[in-house]
Amino acid sequence: MLYPTCSQTVGPYLHIGLSGLNRDDLTQGLGDLGATPVIIEGRIIDGEGNPVSDGMIEIWQADARGVYGHPDDPRHVPGDAGRAGFSGFGRVPTQADGGFRITTIKPGGVPAPDGQTQAPHLVVSVFMRGLLKHLSTRMYFPDEARANEQDWILARVPASRRATLVAQPAEGGALRWDIILQGPGETVFFDI
Amino acid sequence: MSNLAQYRRPFWDTQPGYRFDPYGSTRLRSPNEPLIVVPQTLSEITGPAFGAEFVKKGDNDLTRVSSAEAIGERILVSGRVLDENGRPVPDALIEIWQANAAGRYLHKRDQHDAPLDPNFSGEGRTVTDALGRYQFKTIRPGAYPWGNHFNGWRPQHIHFSLFGRACATRLVTQMYFPGDPLLEFDPIFQCVPDAKARNRLIAALDWETTVPEYALGYRFDIVLRGRNATPME
Repeated sequence: MLYPTCSQTVGPYLHIGLSGLNRDDLTQGLGDLGATPVIIEGRIIDGEGNPVSDGMIEIWQADARGVYGHPDDPRHVPGDAGRAGFSGFGRVPTQADGGFRITTIKPGGVPAPDGQTQAPHLVVSVFMRGLLKHLSTRMYFPDEARANEQDWILARVPASRRATLVAQPAEGGALRWDIILQGPGETVFFDI
Repeated sequence: MSNLAQYRRPFWDTQPGYRFDPYGSTRLRSPNEPLIVVPQTLSEITGPAFGAEFVKKGDNDLTRVSSAEAIGERILVSGRVLDENGRPVPDALIEIWQANAAGRYLHKRDQHDAPLDPNFSGEGRTVTDALGRYQFKTIRPGAYPWGNHFNGWRPQHIHFSLFGRACATRLVTQMYFPGDPLLEFDPIFQCVPDAKARNRLIAALDWETTVPEYALGYRFDIVLRGRNATPME
């Protein structure tokens, strides 16, 4: 058996190699995705409340039906017209104010290991100088209170911290979700 | 428990933690709370796939971004991407970036007093073949100073980013060069407690890929997390 290669930080110059795959609008140029586009805005904040201006987030999500575009999803069909070309992947760097903005659709619920359905969510990976390995978290949706209450992963998070994983409604129908790296209101991060 | 075959967890001390005081930037960017360990669900065992359609011919040649060749010691960096079970990871996108031969990045935040090379951008991309093999042609990056501590210098390195098959296999790492005297003093390299694990970040001089009269070859194999054969119950 082999040992996985060690993680190392992306450093401050990550944009050189990683900007080529930036995707801030997962709906761009696609047809009917079966859901209304939603804008997600937030900031990454460090342990002193300062914005992280040299970070990057990646999102991964199912389509509006809750199907992942991946062969390990048993419901996945190659060339599935129902996906309308939706990849489910987004990548955006943070700006000078630590902000990021990404346009996507709300995914459908996906199967949970217990046979129930997970609440709609995005899988989020966070990268920056000062992170020796990336952080993994999830973003849930504020209009899914009932599904969130029953979610298989959220149930493993102390109740007092669950709110850090749920976006909040913002102006103009957007969603607001900040990533707090350290200290009061610290976002829940997962060891997956 | 999960009904899905799980990607294995790393052995103790073979991966860095988050807070590592010798690397100053970790102090305010590392969570205080312990991570919450969760079994992988369908969301974590799937992930984005980027095949050959994301790579153009020549994207793996960093020495030829313009008509003139980049300045520096030309090298060939190659290897295989495998999983923990020793299986090749085919069609895997690899993104790399690096400083030029003078130790300068083509980036507005890099103010190191060293020359930029108009014929070198430091950005490369490729996809592994059916056997998990990849190769880049580039120039050997220079060492450069950084502000982490007085007289701090980063060893020569190339940044690598890979997705593998799942969110759970996502990896960003750095490749180093054998015999670099700066490795001993580099907090980023030293952040991995297990010496054998961190030494696997050092490429090996490779005669098999060295092209006589042209370029030295370096071999850097990358191992992504592997899955258990059967689901845990």
